[in-house]
Amino acid sequence: MMDLLTVDFMQRALVAALLVGTVAPMVGIFLVQRRLSLIGDGMGHVALAGVAIGLVTGAAPVLTALVAALVAAVVIELLRTRGRTNGDVALAVIFYGGIAGGVVIISKSPDGTPANLMKYLFGSILTTQRTDLYVFAGLALLVAVTTWALRPRLFAVANDEEYARAVGIPVLPLNIVLAVLTATTVVVAMRVVGLLLISALMIVPNAASQLVARSFSSGLRWAIAFGLVSSVGGVALSYPLNTPSGGTIVLLAVGLFVVTAVVTGVMARVGGRRHDVAETHEHEHGLDCGHPAVPHGDHVDYVHDGHLHAAHEGHYDEHGVHHHDDGAHAGISSTTTPTTGTRP
Amino acid sequence: MPVEPDVADAVVWLRGAGFGYGDRPVLTDVDLTIRSGEIVAIVGPNGSGKSTLMKGVLGLNERVAGTVTLFGVDSSEFHDRARLGYVPQRHTLSASVRATAEEIVATGRLARIGWLGRLRATDRQIVAKSLDVVGLADRAATEVSTLSGGQQRRVLIARALAGEPDVLIMDEPTAGVDAANQHVLADVLARLVERDVTMVIVTHELGALERLLTRIVVVDGGRIRFDGTPEEYATARDHVHHDHDSHHHDLELDAHPSLAHGPLDVTHPERSRP
Repeated sequence: MMDLLTVDFMQRALVAALLVGTVAPMVGIFLVQRRLSLIGDGMGHVALAGVAIGLVTGAAPVLTALVAALVAAVVIELLRTRGRTNGDVALAVIFYGGIAGGVVIISKSPDGTPANLMKYLFGSILTTQRTDLYVFAGLALLVAVTTWALRPRLFAVANDEEYARAVGIPVLPLNIVLAVLTATTVVVAMRVVGLLLISALMIVPNAASQLVARSFSSGLRWAIAFGLVSSVGGVALSYPLNTPSGGTIVLLAVGLFVVTAVVTGVMARVGGRRHDVAETHEHEHGLDCGHPAVPHGDHVDYVHDGHLHAAHEGHYDEHGVHHHDDGAHAGISSTTTPTTGTRP
Repeated sequence: MPVEPDVADAVVWLRGAGFGYGDRPVLTDVDLTIRSGEIVAIVGPNGSGKSTLMKGVLGLNERVAGTVTLFGVDSSEFHDRARLGYVPQRHTLSASVRATAEEIVATGRLARIGWLGRLRATDRQIVAKSLDVVGLADRAATEVSTLSGGQQRRVLIARALAGEPDVLIMDEPTAGVDAANQHVLADVLARLVERDVTMVIVTHELGALERLLTRIVVVDGGRIRFDGTPEEYATARDHVHHDHDSHHHDLELDAHPSLAHGPLDVTHPERSRP
């Protein structure tokens, strides 16, 4: 491992992996939330056309790819808002037009070798130049800071667009910002995982994180953790295994997802057996339900016919029999009634 | 716009208003004034235009005719939309990614803070208080998709309350909620009534909410058919034939010009609770 870190290009590769592994899942969680998991894939297709134009005209492919992806991002978002009919068909036209155009234009360029095409489609981090790395780092930082600053609003819009509009949150500008962040992430990750696999690094870590998370903020943290393990681990493994970095990273992410799914599935099964759900409840415990509240560790139980009921998700758990002195218990018995109780 | 004396202090003021999507007005000729402190139910069968009316007030569809004034300001110039607390009808909350009740309710606070503002301690307190008012203080950290339908509805009410609105506009708050939870919901709304919250409740059935109302507006066939107190409504209801199911009927407007059918036939023998 030490000797791996001393190799110059490997250092660059690992730095790039750190950047991409952090940024891609951060943006991706909002795409998952908006059910647009495949949009990054489409933007990758269009970015290929940008790369091709750069190779033909002699401009920097990173720059032309960024411009192409940004234009596509804004057009896609406007189409989604305006186009009532066949919005996704319009997207398909843009995406496939992009990748077909890219392939054809690259074939006309002096560097238009299949190897060069593969480099962009599937990533080739080991050929990343130092100047490219600075550009990637700057863009990644920009994406991370913007996403973090706008996180509550992006969450609100993705969660309930109609509500956001009704209370005056600027929905369309925020959606365009998210599309621009996605496009930028695609370009940043293009040399690491490749344009055809970039969407995987945005989505798969989130798929895994949703299996373990219990809130949006923990979901985001888990996704970044899974993303970092996949990207850095994938780059590190690709060197001794002599495999392409992009494919290795994505396979590692998919592997993490499968392992997480199995582990959480087994744990849910074991936990489910230990979990004692109270009888069907006609009312909800609260301040004025008539059932005495008893502090129990970190929560409050309600005494219901001598049983302790604790709120859990949409139901009540049995937290055992209520042990109390007789006087108090008699008092409870006289005020509580069976579950079909006093409330209509 | 002719300024009438009652415009300025009305929460919602509509004159000759028409709403719809594109060029097709779904609702026409609406005259409606809602004042602070009123608890108004807008009732009507499915497809009557009551949701269109509500969305028109919220600025979610196009106004095709007339005047809409919110808090004395013409709706096209009204930007302080956080004053309208919208409680939409949602059957599921955030099924695509996990989120806690508190995280959802906190989004209701965003309209009150600037573009890049963060939630401060006072905002967090308001969020906690909103959850408390709807009786979900103990579920703040619970993942919303695991809550029952009625509880999710109350999360949405708390989200609207977190914006400290001057009026709550609710779309079918009781639809799809079982009887026990309808009463919990009615209790929550009663608590809000005690706090002098102005409410506009769009519903196709009055049910457990009827006892709270100060006014009932009936919308049918794209027009307002009745507007009066619950007592007047009850009297009017007694004068019409009970020969229609309240839902899923075609809009037959010719025979009975006003109080023909539909929501007026909704009777709730169990509505007075012990």
